[in-house]
Formats: sequence, structure tokens, C-alpha cells
Amino acid sequence: MRPLTEEETRVMFEKIAKYIGENLQLLVDRPDGTYCFRLHNDRVYYVSEKIMKLAANISGDKLVSLGTCFGKFTKTHKFRLHVTALDYLAPYAKYKVWIKPGAEQSFLYGNHVLKSGLGRITENTSQYQGVVVYSMADIPLGFGVAAKSTQDCRKVDPMAIVVFHQADVGEYVRHEETLT
Amino acid sequence: MGRKLDPTKKEKRGPGRKARKQKGAETELARFLPAVSDENSKRLSSRARKRAAKRRLGSAEAPKTNKSPEAKPLPGKLPKGIFAGAVQTVGKKGPQSLFNAAQGKKRPAPSSDEEEEEEDSEEDDVVNHGDLWGSEDDADMVDDYGADSNSEDEEEGEEVRFISGHSEKDPCCLQFSCLSFPSSWDLQLLPIERAAQKQKVREAAAGVQWSEEETEDEEEVTPESGPSKEEEADGGLQINVDEEPFVLPPAGEMEQDILTPDLQRVHKRIQDIVGILRDFGAQREEGRSRSEYLNRLKKDLATYYSYGDFLLGKLMDLFPLSELVEFLEANEVPRPITLRTNTLKTRRRDVAQALINRGVNLDPLGKWSKTGLVVYDSSVPIGATPEYLAGHYMLQGASSMLPVMALAPQEHERILDMCCAPGGKTSYMAQLMKNTGVILANDANAERLKSVVGNLHRLGVTNTVISHYDGRQFPKVVGGFDRVLLDAPCSGTGVISKDPAVKTNKDEKDILRCAHLQKELLLSAIDSVNATSKTGGYLVYCTCSIMVEENEWVVDYALKKRNVRLVPTGLDFGQEGFTRFRERRFHPSLHNARRFYPHTHNMDGFFIAKFKKFSNSVPQSQTGNSETATPTNVDLPQVIPKSENSSQPAKKAKGAAKTKQQLQKQQRPKKASFQKPNGTSKGADSELSTIPSVRKTQASSRFQDSSQPAGKAEGIRESKVTGKLKQRSPKLQSSKKVAFLKQNAPPKGTDTETPAVLSPSKTQATLKPKDHHHPLGRAKGVEKQQLPEQPFKKAAFQNQNDTPKGPQPPTVSPISSSHPPPAKRKKSQSRGNGQLLLS
Repeated sequence: MRPLTEEETRVMFEKIAKYIGENLQLLVDRPDGTYCFRLHNDRVYYVSEKIMKLAANISGDKLVSLGTCFGKFTKTHKFRLHVTALDYLAPYAKYKVWIKPGAEQSFLYGNHVLKSGLGRITENTSQYQGVVVYSMADIPLGFGVAAKSTQDCRKVDPMAIVVFHQADVGEYVRHEETLT
Repeated sequence: MGRKLDPTKKEKRGPGRKARKQKGAETELARFLPAVSDENSKRLSSRARKRAAKRRLGSAEAPKTNKSPEAKPLPGKLPKGIFAGAVQTVGKKGPQSLFNAAQGKKRPAPSSDEEEEEEDSEEDDVVNHGDLWGSEDDADMVDDYGADSNSEDEEEGEEVRFISGHSEKDPCCLQFSCLSFPSSWDLQLLPIERAAQKQKVREAAAGVQWSEEETEDEEEVTPESGPSKEEEADGGLQINVDEEPFVLPPAGEMEQDILTPDLQRVHKRIQDIVGILRDFGAQREEGRSRSEYLNRLKKDLATYYSYGDFLLGKLMDLFPLSELVEFLEANEVPRPITLRTNTLKTRRRDVAQALINRGVNLDPLGKWSKTGLVVYDSSVPIGATPEYLAGHYMLQGASSMLPVMALAPQEHERILDMCCAPGGKTSYMAQLMKNTGVILANDANAERLKSVVGNLHRLGVTNTVISHYDGRQFPKVVGGFDRVLLDAPCSGTGVISKDPAVKTNKDEKDILRCAHLQKELLLSAIDSVNATSKTGGYLVYCTCSIMVEENEWVVDYALKKRNVRLVPTGLDFGQEGFTRFRERRFHPSLHNARRFYPHTHNMDGFFIAKFKKFSNSVPQSQTGNSETATPTNVDLPQVIPKSENSSQPAKKAKGAAKTKQQLQKQQRPKKASFQKPNGTSKGADSELSTIPSVRKTQASSRFQDSSQPAGKAEGIRESKVTGKLKQRSPKLQSSKKVAFLKQNAPPKGTDTETPAVLSPSKTQATLKPKDHHHPLGRAKGVEKQQLPEQPFKKAAFQNQNDTPKGPQPPTVSPISSSHPPPAKRKKSQSRGNGQLLLS
């Protein structure tokens, strides 16, 4: 377990900022304690300091996880956000997409969101903007990338993709092994 | 009523007087075997005739022929077979008959002999059956079909005999048979055989009704006769055929029993035997012992519910008979699905509402749970709804919620969950703690850890660290937890409904191996608890097993080996744990533990015991090991101290003042190797951890560390010794202080200031090592230290905690004032001791 290097921090923050923008500061400076990011086995974990101290006593090969895993660095040092970060992205998301109940299942299976399944979308979403996907009951289901800007979404035909799927909560069941 | 034996007509065999008065087999037989009287110059009685018939049938029975109820017609061979069988049976019968006579039983002799061979036994069963029935007739048996059955048996037996092969057909057999069975028997058989065949056909058509009738009427008889038939039918069970009085069941019944394992019959027999055993004095069959009934019952239960013998034997020891059957029945049915709301993300009523909208039929779990819901049925998969995936609830058994409720983790505590997979209890603890504090979730199985990671992330638990250690490596890895939950791996005898393989694949070795592992884990868990924790010091041990070897025995072992005691779990329902079981006697506080059963509480079988650790020392014969680390102050902000590291100097020098005091209070860590500058009590030192010339601060930290080691310290500490300590030089004081640290958290660094004040009280043996340090560091003049006393004290304190207290208190005062009052001392010793040293 080690702290992130500058480069890694930069890459990661860039990625996260795509979804929550400047709210990222709120993740770092929290009123209820100091939280930090730590790297372990190529995965980035977001933990409070207190917990990190306990984890420091555990040897590296025996440590499986601590706090919340945000994502991992790939072999080419790109950062990939995992669905496990959803709990921290959802409250601070700047651009949101709501999908209809009928399209929930499809998204939870890993498919992209089509125009026919689109319920609402935040105004002035630009193309390729990171968005968080909600159900109509305001339950966060995952996140993705907007394939079309809000304006375009209105114009496009019903079978066009409007949100590219990146991560959804269905992965807890589908890809349990890859979470660790 | 002159009856014709008409298999198609079900005779009413009522319990009335008339039914019993019916004539016996002779009357019936007379119709079918007109030639009987001719042949038997001896004028055999009905019983004798039956016996003879049985003999003939006897060896041939080989009922494994479950295949078809039809007698194998081998008329040609009949005579030979009969003779062969007869000879055998006769031969065997000889001694047997004597034996039987001696026993006053009317059973045919051969039955016992033939048990030796499976085939034979089966045949015997049939034969015995006949005899039983026959004897029953004589003894006012209600069965008046005995004769018929006999005849039936005979026929069947004959065929079987051929198959089973009493191949030795020596001449004497024939001779013998000739003597006892005149050739006219052949003639008799043939017509009988014909009649039997016809009857069989009719029987087959009639079906089970016969057997039902029979069994109803002859309760007493059934157990004995039934089992034998069943055995043959089942093909695998050996019954003590000769033991049971054989009552020949109606023809139909017998055939069915032999040929097909009739579960209904077995079930009926089980109920019959349970009924008899409940009122054994009144309903027992004469001449049959209780153990025979029990054996029969055991075999029947094993057959009916598919259990292995070992496990069934254990269950019979555990439950009274009426409960046993309920328990076995409950294990056949899965428990209702229950789920627990994740209060970190939602409320129970919201979850309930959302699920009801999706078409799930559910209810709150019970008064005892504020977050549980039980699902009756569902039109959608409960484990795949968007609410589940969003982490609003978790599927968890009702009994798995109980250990966490018993443990009652508080906010801002440090908790260890030693066997956490798949993470249900861990997440429940996290939600009770509202994501504060720290939980260390550990499991030894890497595969299952993945589900832990998944579940904890899904449910939004952020205060957890997940590790992959063998539980026995705690507390070496890290110790000093406020509470520990140990859900030990077990044999799984409480969750048979989830995994029926447990019925057959568990035996004595498995249970003992599990118990051994559980004991080791429990000791490690106890050592990982910090007895001096302000808010905690509790450990919950639970298993999903109902075996006494894995539950009460393990708990009792821990009570003997460590300074823990059982406290009430806080669960107001559930059966109390056993304080004694068969030949074992457990600690009386075992009644605080709780047992849950599937048939009484409708949740998986479970056992929960809650411990409170009252001292961090480990009661051992050798002094060195234990340092009582009772320091009540947990105010040291502790970093996770490694218990073993106590000897290392300078671990954590926390706030000097505080630490000093802590040190004083605490006893020395166990490490024995400390050197006493004064050379006073080497012996005493042994307990103390080595304190290599550490500066005071170091020393204190060290001590702290050492004291921390989970629970090694002996409970009592030297504090009592304090009086003696006073005499020691200042050096001693410091060391003493260190000694006192015993508990894990000796937060403070050694603190120079601990001087003297405490010394008297603290006097722990550990003081010695401090001595050197002290002089170096503090020299404050804590003269009080009574180091010299330590060695002295050590012995003393080792024996009891409280002795020294008396004299010392005064010295302690300065420091003690800042520290928590000596009241805490009871655990170990007093803080006071620590303080003394440093000055």
C-alpha cells in the first residue's frame, strides 16, 4: 500500500472530475475526517486516515481491500473507474441521466442506453460528458458517457444510443471476481 | 366370522374384542392346507406349523428381491430348496430354540443364525415375521391372517431360498428335512403356492391398504415385524431379527415390505415406535427391551430421512424423541428467506414498499429485529432487484443477525471479524456503527473474500479493511480490538436444510477436527480482545452447528484457558446452552449461551456465546507469559500495537505524562526477559518484558506495547504488590510502571513522569527492567518504587490480584489522580503501579 504519485493522482483526478467536476474537492477535504487515496495492487482505495493506520499493520500480500475501491490503473497507466465508486460519484454528480423503468434491466445487464429508454437528462450536457445514470426512483444505477448532447438527444431517433455504458451496479453480481 | 382369505376384500381389523378373538392361523390354514394334519404325524400346533413353515422359508427368503412382489415360481426346485433351507434352519434352530426357550421367546431359532448372512437374515426376517405373527396369534394377536402370511412367506421364502443358495444340499439335510417335513409338505406347498400366487396378484392389485390395516391394528407387533421387512426391502439395514417378536403381517404387507422400501411403512413405524416409547411401560412389547426399540427407530429414521448413522446417533443424544422427529422434519424444508435492510442507505419501510411494488410478499421479521424482513414469495428474483444491486438490503439468514445483535458494536470502536465471509455480519456491524470506527474483516478463504469485497462495496460500507489471514495468526498481526466476532467454521449440522450432504458425510473425526480448529480460533480471538477497552472487551463466539462438541465444549475450554467469563447475550429468546451433557460437565455460566433450532425457532440451527474479557493476562503456569494488562485507561490513542512487540522499546511513546501514568498502572508486559538492575526480583521480572535499557519513554512505550499484547498479562497484578515496591529504588519505579502497562493500549509513552507515585501499587514484577531505565531517564526520585518487592510481589500477585493493593495507595496518588481511579484496578492492576515507577 502506498500513496499515489503525482502523475497517478493527476490522471485519477482528471477522470473523476469528468463526472463530478470541481466537487472533487469535497472528496478530499471532508469535514468529518481526513481521507486519502492509497494504491495497492494497482487499485486505488479511498480511506480515512484512521482506517489506513490499521491497514498499515497488515502485510501487503494479505491485504485485500480497504475502505472503498475507486478503480484501478491499467497496465498502460490509464485509470479506470469501477462501479464501486458510484457511492461517491452519485451525490456530487453534475450531469445526470434518468432512465425509464423498462430500460433499467437492459442497462443493468451492461447495455448502452437507447433514446427509447431515456427518461430525463440534465440540461446542457455536452457530448462525451461523463454522466451518472439513475432510475426514475432516483436510485443510482451506474455511470457512463453521454453519446449525444442534450440538444442532439431530442432530435435523434429512438434506437440511437444516447449514453455509453461504463459501469453499472449489475456488475456486483455479474463481475464479482473482477472487483478484487 | 368364518372368513375366507380374500385379499381383495379388506377386512376390518378393529381394536374390538371380536377382532382379537378370531381364530388363529390354524383355522385359516386348514382351508388351504388340508393335508397338514395328514402329514404331521406329530400333530404340530399352529405355532409349530408356522415355525416349520418359517424354517422352510427361512433361508430362501433373501428378500432383496425387492424387485417384484411375485414369488419366483420355481416349483421344481421347491422341494430341494425347502429341504436345504429347512435343514439349515433346523440346524441353526437347534441351539437357538434352546436359547429362545430360555428367553421365553417364541421366536423361531433360525432367525438369529441367519442374520449372519444378509440373505439369510432377510429370509429370517420373513421367517421370523411368520413366527412373530404366529406367536402373536397365540398371544392374543389380533392378526388372524397369520396363517395366510405364513403360507405366503413360505412360498416366497422358498423361491428366495433358491436364489440365496443354500447350495449345500447335503444328504443329511434332505434326510433331516424328510424327518421334519414329510414329503407331503411338497404337496401342500404346491397348492399353497398356487394360491399364494393368485393372492399375490390380488395383493398387488389391492395395494398398500393391507399393510396399512395391519399396521394400525398391531401397533406392538408392527415395530418388530415391520422393521425386519423394511430391512429387507431397504436391502441395507441389518436388524436384529431375532430380537423382535415377529408378527406375521398380512400377506400383502409382507410382500411389499420385502420388495420395496416402503417409506410410508417406515414412517408409520417411526410414529409407532415413538408412540410406544413415550409410554413405554404400558405399550411395550413383552420381552423387548427399550434399546431394541431405539435401535429400530434409529435405523428407520436413518432410512426415512437419509442420515448417516453417526449423525443420527448424535442427534438422538441431543434431542428427546418427540423433538427429534420434528427436527428431522424441519431439516427437510428450507427456512424462509430473510433479508436485512441496509440502514446506511435506506429505511426498512422504503425497502418493503419498493419490493412490494415489484411483487414480493414480505413481512417484518419479528419484534426482535428492526431491520429484518421475511419473504414469503416473490415474483422477481430477490437477489437481483435494482434495490438489491443498489445495496438497499442484503439477503441474510435470521440466525445470522443474532450474533451481531449480541455483540452490539458501538460507534468508533475497533472490531475484528475473524471469519467474515460472505460479509453479512460484517456489514451489519458496520451499519450499527454507522460507518464509524474500524472493522477488520478477515477470512482464510480467498475465494470467499471476493464476495466479501463485493458485498461491502455494494452496501456502501467504508470503514472496513479486508484481510486474508488464517484466524489463528491473530493477535500477532494486530490485536487490541474492542470487540471481536468469531463465526467459527463448523460442521454445519444446524444448516442441514441448506446442505443435505451434511447428513451423511460427517463423522466423528470431522466433528473433532472442527472442534480443535474452533478452540484454536477462539483462543486467538480472546487474545485479540483488549480487556481494558473503555467501551468493549467483548467477544462473541458463534457457530451454525448444534453439536455439543463444537459449542459448549469449546466455550468451556476457553473459560478454563483464558481470563474470560460468559455474559448474557442480550437475546431474550432461544434455548439456553447446556451446562452438562451426557458424561460431560461444563461451567455453570454456560446457561448464558443460546441455542437455536430450526424446528423451534424456524431459523437455522445456531449457537451464540458472549464473553467478557476481564483481564489481558494469560493465565499460565509460567510467570513470564502473562502480564496482567489491566490498565483501565484506554485513553492512549492507540495505534494498533502488536502484542508481541512489547519488548521492543520505544514503541509508542505517546503523551509522556499520560504514558507514564499508564505505565505505572499497567503491569509489565509479559516478556520475561527483563533485567533488573537491582537484581532483585529476577523471578518477578520474568513476566516483564525485556526492557533493554530503554529510556523511560521508551520503556513506557515498550511496556505499553507489551502490555498490550492481547491478554497475555496475567490478571492480577502486582499492583497489589505495590507495597513492596515502595522500597525499591526509583529505578524500580519506572520499571514498574512499565510493567503495569499491560494492556494493549498503553497509550502513553513511558513517561518519565510516572515516577514514583504509582510504584507502590504497581509493583508488578515487570518493574525490574524498568529499573535501569528509570534511573537513566527519570531519576525523578520516585523513590517509592518498591522494586525490591517485585520479585516478591510477583509471586504474590501471580496468585492473586488484589493483594498488594493495600499498602500502596498513597504513593500512587500523585499520578493516580490524573488517571482513572483505581477502581479499574480490579482487572489488573492498577494504574497506580505504573505511576510509581517513573518517578
